[in-house]
Amino acid sequence: MKEFIIHYAHIILLFPLLGFIINGLVGKFLQDAFGKSICGIIASLMVCASFALSLGIFCTLSELDPRSRLFTITLFDWINVGNLHTSISFLFDPLTSVMLLIISGVGFLIHIYAIGYMHHDSSTWRFFAFFNLFIFMMLELVIADNVFLMFLGWEGVGLCSYLLIGFWYKDKANVIAGNKAFIVNRIGDLGFIIGVFLLFWAIGSQGIWTLNFAELKEYSYLLENLYLGNINVVTIICLCFFFGACGKSAQIPLYVWLPDAMAGPTPVSALIHAATMVTAGIYMVTRLSFLFILSPVALGVIAITGAVTAVFAATIGFAQNDIKKILAYSTVSQLGYMFLALGVGAFSAGIFHVMTHAFFKALLFMGAGSIILGMHHEQDITKMGGLRKKMRWTYYTFLVATIALLGIFPLSGFFSKDQILWSVFSSPYGSKSLWLLGVFGAGLTSFYMIRLVTLTFFGRHHHTDKAHDTLHEVHESPKVIIIPLVILAMLSVIGGFVGVPHIFGGSNILQVYLSPVIADAELNHYPMITEVGLMLVVFMCVLGFAYGAYYLYSRKPSRRAKLIERFSFPYKVISRKYFVDEIYQHLFVNNIMRTMRFMARFDMVVVDGLVNFAAFLTRIGAYGNSWIDKVFVDGLVNGIATVIGSLGSRLRKIQTGYIQDYVYVLFASIIFILLFRFMIA
Amino acid sequence: MELINEHLLSLMVFLPLIGAMLIVLLPKSSEQSFKWIACITTLLPLILAYKIFVLFNRDVAGLSINQGFQFVEKFSWIPAFNIEYFLGIDGLSILMLLLTALLCPLCILASWNINKGLKGYFSLFLLLETGMMGVFCSLDFFLFYVFWEVMLLPMYFLIGVWGGPRREYAAIKFFLYTLVGSVLMLLVMLYFYFMTEPHTFDITRLIAEHKNFLGFGHILWFALYIGFAIKIPVFPFHTWLPDAHVEAPTAISVILAGVLLKMGAYGILRISYPILPEATLYFSTFLAIMGVINIVYGALCAMAQKDLKKLVAYSSISHMGYVLLGMASFTEEGINGAVLQMFNHGTITAMLFILVGVVYDRAHHREIDGFGGLASRVPVYTGITAFAFFAGLGLPGLSSFVSEVLVLLGAFQKFTLYTIIAGTGIILGAAYFLWTIQRVFLGKLDAKYAELPDINIREILSLAPLVVIVVVLGVYPQPVLDLMKASLGYLNSVVGG
Repeated sequence: MKEFIIHYAHIILLFPLLGFIINGLVGKFLQDAFGKSICGIIASLMVCASFALSLGIFCTLSELDPRSRLFTITLFDWINVGNLHTSISFLFDPLTSVMLLIISGVGFLIHIYAIGYMHHDSSTWRFFAFFNLFIFMMLELVIADNVFLMFLGWEGVGLCSYLLIGFWYKDKANVIAGNKAFIVNRIGDLGFIIGVFLLFWAIGSQGIWTLNFAELKEYSYLLENLYLGNINVVTIICLCFFFGACGKSAQIPLYVWLPDAMAGPTPVSALIHAATMVTAGIYMVTRLSFLFILSPVALGVIAITGAVTAVFAATIGFAQNDIKKILAYSTVSQLGYMFLALGVGAFSAGIFHVMTHAFFKALLFMGAGSIILGMHHEQDITKMGGLRKKMRWTYYTFLVATIALLGIFPLSGFFSKDQILWSVFSSPYGSKSLWLLGVFGAGLTSFYMIRLVTLTFFGRHHHTDKAHDTLHEVHESPKVIIIPLVILAMLSVIGGFVGVPHIFGGSNILQVYLSPVIADAELNHYPMITEVGLMLVVFMCVLGFAYGAYYLYSRKPSRRAKLIERFSFPYKVISRKYFVDEIYQHLFVNNIMRTMRFMARFDMVVVDGLVNFAAFLTRIGAYGNSWIDKVFVDGLVNGIATVIGSLGSRLRKIQTGYIQDYVYVLFASIIFILLFRFMIA
Repeated sequence: MELINEHLLSLMVFLPLIGAMLIVLLPKSSEQSFKWIACITTLLPLILAYKIFVLFNRDVAGLSINQGFQFVEKFSWIPAFNIEYFLGIDGLSILMLLLTALLCPLCILASWNINKGLKGYFSLFLLLETGMMGVFCSLDFFLFYVFWEVMLLPMYFLIGVWGGPRREYAAIKFFLYTLVGSVLMLLVMLYFYFMTEPHTFDITRLIAEHKNFLGFGHILWFALYIGFAIKIPVFPFHTWLPDAHVEAPTAISVILAGVLLKMGAYGILRISYPILPEATLYFSTFLAIMGVINIVYGALCAMAQKDLKKLVAYSSISHMGYVLLGMASFTEEGINGAVLQMFNHGTITAMLFILVGVVYDRAHHREIDGFGGLASRVPVYTGITAFAFFAGLGLPGLSSFVSEVLVLLGAFQKFTLYTIIAGTGIILGAAYFLWTIQRVFLGKLDAKYAELPDINIREILSLAPLVVIVVVLGVYPQPVLDLMKASLGYLNSVVGG
């Protein structure tokens, strides 16, 4: 078994690829022949197989000696030209195996869920084909052993995201959201690829031509003293990579696509836009942590961006009414936390949060999906309410996920968030002000989540006026949807125990497991009381905001209206999402559209115009030439002919034909000649 | 067998010509056989191309007859002027030869529905193939020039007779434009001829005596450049291309974009680079700038087009910019990327033009905004088109990614800023392709197209080989890179120093 995995672990990719090919090519026939579930079942089985293999890989790695916990599998050369040597080869180490488990495990559950969710759709085959393709690309992204190969998965998941956001393509808004996601991601990718180029030439200038992670790690110290002007090259490289990560993981300034991406079916939001793809940026930075640790400047930028995004996105969550949009902003905000962790050098804490967040955020989205199904495709939370009694399973699981997200002991979110905040506080790269931002963000999170839960599940149904019976029609979702919810709820509860901090007598299993790959920054030492005290501060903050939300949205709604009235301007700014979309539209999109139209006209009028003008001139010239030809050249020829002709016709008159005339002329001539001779003589 | 092996290149060049003659000689009543003759005489070179692919020695590098060029055939042709029938290929030309051999049968397949003047169409097409193959095999400048002109004439008629409504304008524009280039090339060629002693058109000898041309090197280079730039086409000589494409029938567009555009870049690499290395180096920054202009300008113009075929034409201009940028970089990555890009652009743009032809045959127009929601009516066609578009925008895992990334990687070292500007091309590329998908295929289906038939087997057959190649070369480009690596590495070291 162990031998098999060490040599054939890469077939983990084969299953979802196979699923994609089957569903893509013959899915339609299968669907017509065996019913709609068949495509989903095939796809789920494929992911299940990948999950089983992930477990196998995890076990195999665990059995190895901690210092040599990795193996690589090389298939063949990919691009091998000049100094560039890349191959299709895969790297399996603890970081990879954790990501594999998250992706295939959560992916499997969401696949099952999707069988139920997509049951009424007419082209489930297409959905599951894309879904499996996504799993393939995402797995590829995390097992790639060089930067280029990682980029393949990186763009591949972007493609799947595009395809699935616009899955219901008949609605133009969905399609536009898909375009936006892909194009914004591409902007980030430009940063990524420039980072790759810079890295390639920089490390190459030291005599090492490689883009392979293991080798890069080994030789990264060579980059330390390279400067471009005044700036350390590593800093530029890291910032380029981070810009790429901003695109994929929805950070300021490139987060704008994620909320729109909610146009896709809910399982897509759960899997791609919450649990896995959006964490690719975190994974990438962690994978390259040996570079980032060399550049305190880049780390600082990451930490600040993360913290600001965490707070910024959370505030937008205050004033949204679309349940999925709120969760989307929540995702942006939580991703901000992860980057905050990375930025203070607590890479394993970031990955820890990736994991717990995958559990509870996927669960939140799936719960939201269940609600949306139950409410007959209503997504506005102000039109919900009182669902607690109608959708018990959904309610309880959603509540568990919410508590986990708020970071309340002992649910999973507590441990990961606590580790992040503690690292921010005590890491040499961290700072107290960043910590404060983080705590504030946690409070805001608690506010918008409690608001969401209150409006959705508590109180009376808000839709009493026109359709008092919609509430009667609200139904709990079928088992195929509920079971994944329950499993994820359990994971959200216990998932945090892999990272119990020392003060609770735990040993941080995850951090230890990841330690051969990731070099976390060494934390400063504080007395235990500080750590506990800080935990309490966070807890109080979360509780305070939670009560605030409960008070305003359940107990005293009238207060709420007054508050909104009083702060109507900031409220409007928040509810319009700080007008960022409008600003981008104005600054970038419109200008590009203008440039493009100008260029096209320029091309037609000026460039082609010059060509046609040249042709015109040539033709004028030709006409002129032909005129000259006619008048002068030909004229000359004709002229000579005319002269000769007319001369001839005149001369002809001399030839009268009378012999007398000739004799006269003869005599006259003789006399003339004689006279002439005498005169000369 | 021996005979075939010794004259592989000649066979590839002249088999189509034999087909053309056969078609001309056959009576008009046997019209249906013309297609099959064309089919066979384009398939035979493809088989020979495979043979060449297998037999080609990947390790030799050089620019002389003994070292570097393979499958050489050399006879005296016009002894009085020392003109030779001199064929041979190296890592640079083999790829172009393979591309031509591959695309021609697919074009015949795409021309199956031509119903006007079959005799003329197919015989001219085959003559065109002979011209193209000849250009890529010739190692005698005079022979090169002859084949270059042989291509021109059939192209003119194929656009001018079988084209769209403004075909005459387009054909004449194409013809005159190319002719200007030819004249410049002719002058340079004669200069080369008279500056060598004994006078020769032999390219390998011209390379050996490149010091003789130092005096007017820059002028000669620029004259050649204009000639070749018109073909590529480089801004601002590109406006013949959209017109020619819009008017040309599908198969001719495929050849035009797939092969003819490569002639320009091929010419620069085959002639200008080794014969005028100093001038080439001098103008390399200029070439890179032109490449970047092509990439960005072409992409912006593509985005604004309303005609689907024009959009693809401008995207071609944009993609050819990568070729210029890569070959100007004088890094092995860049120059290999450039030639690979020539090949990949050939296959991808061929797909795109065939696909445009498919929808034009059915809807009888190409207005992007005139479509909408086709995905729900023609899913297979939508899938293949989306695939081609994603190949066009350089999705990793598909062939164009490999070449574009090699070009950018290579160019990054020399022209960092220009490369970053060129990099915006990948964003613009995504923008115009996705926008087009959106407008043509997505949204609600227009009732007009409720009965639109999906793509048929023949059309799928003409696209399938290209799809396979694009995928395979995206994941496993090494066999192709190995073909050209040695030759291009040598060229790079000779010219770039």
